[in-house]
Amino acid sequence: MSEEYVLQLQNIRKEYPGVVALKDVTLNLKAGEILALIGENGAGKSTLIKTCSGAVIPTSGKIIVNGKEFTSMTPQSAAENGIAIIYQEFNNVGELSVAENIFLGRQIRKGIMIDKGAMEREAAKAFKQLNIDIDPKTLVKNLTVGYQQMVEIAKAIQQDAKILIMDEPSAPLTNAEVESMFKVVELLRKKGVAIIYISHRLDEIYRLSDRIVVLRDGEYIKTLITKDSHVNELIELMVGRELTETYPPRMSSVDKSHITLEVEALTGNGDKDINLKVYRGEVLGIGGLVGAGRTELAEMIFGAKKKDRGKIRLNGKEINPKDPRDAIDLGIALVPEDRKRHGVLLGSSVMNNINMPIYNRTSKLSVINRKIEKETAENYKDRMLIKSPNLNQLVKNLSGGNQQKVILAKWMAANAELIIFDEPTRGIDVGAKYEIYKLINKLVEEGKTILLISSEMEELMGMSDRIVVLAEGRMVGSLEKEEFSQTRIMEFASKSSNNEVGGK
Amino acid sequence: MKSKVTYHLKDKAIWVVLVILCIAFSIANSRFLAVDNLFTLARQVSMYGIASIGMTFVILIAGIDLSTGTIITFVNIICANFMVNMGMNMYLAVILSLVISTLIGALNGFMIATIGMPAIIATFASQTVFEGAAYLISGGKPIFGYDERFKMLGQGYIGPVPIPVIIMILCFIVGSFILNKTYFGRYFYAVGGNEAAARLSGIRVSRVKYLIYALSGFFAGLAGIVLLSRTNSGQSTAGKGWEFDVITCVVLGGVSVTGGSGKISNVVAGVLIIGSLKNGMILMNVSAYTQMVVQGIILALAVGFDCWQKRKKEQ
Repeated sequence: MSEEYVLQLQNIRKEYPGVVALKDVTLNLKAGEILALIGENGAGKSTLIKTCSGAVIPTSGKIIVNGKEFTSMTPQSAAENGIAIIYQEFNNVGELSVAENIFLGRQIRKGIMIDKGAMEREAAKAFKQLNIDIDPKTLVKNLTVGYQQMVEIAKAIQQDAKILIMDEPSAPLTNAEVESMFKVVELLRKKGVAIIYISHRLDEIYRLSDRIVVLRDGEYIKTLITKDSHVNELIELMVGRELTETYPPRMSSVDKSHITLEVEALTGNGDKDINLKVYRGEVLGIGGLVGAGRTELAEMIFGAKKKDRGKIRLNGKEINPKDPRDAIDLGIALVPEDRKRHGVLLGSSVMNNINMPIYNRTSKLSVINRKIEKETAENYKDRMLIKSPNLNQLVKNLSGGNQQKVILAKWMAANAELIIFDEPTRGIDVGAKYEIYKLINKLVEEGKTILLISSEMEELMGMSDRIVVLAEGRMVGSLEKEEFSQTRIMEFASKSSNNEVGGK
Repeated sequence: MKSKVTYHLKDKAIWVVLVILCIAFSIANSRFLAVDNLFTLARQVSMYGIASIGMTFVILIAGIDLSTGTIITFVNIICANFMVNMGMNMYLAVILSLVISTLIGALNGFMIATIGMPAIIATFASQTVFEGAAYLISGGKPIFGYDERFKMLGQGYIGPVPIPVIIMILCFIVGSFILNKTYFGRYFYAVGGNEAAARLSGIRVSRVKYLIYALSGFFAGLAGIVLLSRTNSGQSTAGKGWEFDVITCVVLGGVSVTGGSGKISNVVAGVLIIGSLKNGMILMNVSAYTQMVVQGIILALAVGFDCWQKRKKEQ
C-alpha cells in the first residue's frame, strides 16, 4: 500500500513552548497528483510543509519519502530526496542571471572557473521542459514576479524534484500570470511530479487539485476527493463552526456627523489617488489581495512612509505626519501586520512595551515616573485582558494573541482615536481571535475609529461597517454592509488594469 | 525555578570570573592584592571605565564606535594645545575640548543616522581623520608644560582614592542613571532590540543615534582629558588602539553585540577584569605582545559565547 505514495507524513507533531502547532497530522501524497492543502491562517499548513524542507524539526512523527523513513529532514536531505518548496518569498539573488540563480550553490565548473555557458544551456533545457520562454542570461531583478516564480520552479525541476510543494503560489501574481503558472503546474503533474498546493483561493483548488486535505487549528480534519466535494462543505470543514458565530455582535456605533479621517487623492508609496472617509465609531474594512497597496496606505497615514501628494485630514484638520511619532501625537495608531518584527519589542517587558509611546509625555526632565509607568501598564493590562504573570514578563514569552493585546494596550495608553489594524488576527489561535474582535468592538463603542485591513474575507465581512477594496494601489470598489459578499469583494480585488505577462 | 537560578548565575558569572582572576594573580604574585597596587590598578582602568559608558550605549543599539581611541588622542592634543600654545584658561580648555569631542561623536551620528552609513565604516573614517588631525596639530611632538593644578585631575587623591577613580565612579553612576531612570535608557534598549518596532512605537530612532554617538564622543573626550592630566603631556599616540580595550571591557561585561541587552553594573566588572589582566600580566613580566594575544582571545571568547548562545536558542 505504502508503495504508491511518494511522500507520507505520519503523526507529525510540533510543539512550541505553550503551543501545539501540529497535532499528529498525517498526509499521503501520490506521484502525479496535485494535493491541495487548505485551512485558515494559523491552521498549521506552513509549519507542516516546513517539516518537509527541514526548516521545522517535528517533535514526533515520521516522514517517509519514497519508502525511506526520517524523523526529521534537513535542507540537504530534502533536496537529495527530490523535495522542493516554492515559498511565497523567493530565494533568488536579483543581481545574478537566471541561469546563475538556478545553479546557485551548485555551479557547474570548468576547473576553477564557473562554466556560464553550460549553466545557461541547462537552464534553457529546464525552461523548454516547462514550455516557458525566459532568457537564462537575464538578470533576475529584471523579471516580473510571475517569471521569478517560474525561475524557482525551473530550479526545482533542474534539480530533478519529484515532490513540489507550493505555498500560496498565486498570491503575488496577476490573473494572467496565474494562468501561466497553472499551465506549468498541470504540465508537471503529467510528468509525474507530485505536488502539494497551498492556497486560500478555493476556485484555484477546484480547478487544479485531485484531492484536498483540510487542516484546522493544527489538526488533520479530512481528506476529500476534489470532484466529489462541495465548496460549502469545504468552508465548513476549514472553519469548523457556523460563520455567524465567529464574530461577536456589535450595535452600530457609527456617528455619521463626525468624519474622523478623510483621505483625498492620496498618492505615494505605490498607491494612486486614494479617497476615503471614515466616521467616528466606524470600522472601515480594507480588502484586496496581497500587494494591493493596503499596508502602504496605512504606512502613509501613520507617517511611516512619505506621500507624494494628496491630503490627509484628521477631525477636519489637514495633517502631515512626518514620522510615526507625529502620527502618534495626533492620535493615530498602527497595529502592524508583522507583529514580531514591527509590532512589539520582544526583548522588552510588558510594562515597557505599553509605556513606550508615552514615556516622553509622562516623564519629567526625561526621568521616568515609575508610579505612572506601573499604573498605566496595570490599567491597560487589565482592560485588554492580557494574560501575563506580571508586568516585567518579557513580551517574547507571551502567546501571539497576548502580544497583539500588548500592542492594543500601548495604543490605548497613548490615547489613540484612529487605530489602523493590519491583519490583526494573523497567526493567532481561534480563541484569542474572538477576544481581539471583542476588543475592536469595545473600541468603536467607546468612539474610536478603526481601519481594518484583512485578507480573511470572513473577518472583513464580519467586523466591518463598510468595506473598500484596493487593487494595484487603487481604490476599486466600496461596499455597504447590505452589499457584503465574498464574490463581490473578490471581483473587485482581482480587477487588474494590466493583464500583460512578461519581462519588464 | 531551575531557569531562574541559571539566569542569576549567568548574570553574575562575570563577577565570579573577576574573583577567580584576582585569586589567581595574587597566588602568582603576592603584590597583586596589595592596597597600593589595587589603587594603581583602579587608576589604570579609570580611563577605560569612563570611555566604556559611551561604548556601552553604542553597543546596546548594536552599533560600534571605532573612533574612541582617536577621540582620546585628539582631545589630548587639542586640550594641551589650548592650554600651552594658546594660553587658554584651564577650565575653558577642558570644556571646549569636551564640546569638540561631543561634536565629533555627533558627526559620527550624522554619518550613521542621517546618511545611513554602517557604523563600522563611519567611525573608522573619523578614526583616521582625527588621528591625522592630532598629528597635524602637534607636529608629532609632545606638548607639555601646563598649569600645575591641572595635574590634580589625573594624579591627585581625595583621601586615599585617586581622583580619576572618583571620576570613573561618578561616570558609572551617571551612565546607570541614564540607562535605568530616564526614558532614554528605555529607548536605547528598544532601538537595540528592534529598530523598526521602536520607530513604529514612536521613537525617533535617528535622534537616539545622534544622542548615543555624541555621548560616546563626550565620554571618550573626558577619558582623554584625564589621560592628559595623568601623563603630563599631550601625545599624538596617547589613545592609539584604546577602542579595542574599551570594546573588550563592554563586551566582556555582557553587553550583547547584537544589541538590546546589557547592564552597566556588569560593564564595571568587565572593566575591572581587563584592568586586572593588564596589571597582573605586567606584574608577571608578560611581554606586551603576549598581552595582545591574550586580550584578542578574550574578546573572541566573550563575543563568541554570546553569539553561540543566541544561535543555539534560535535553532
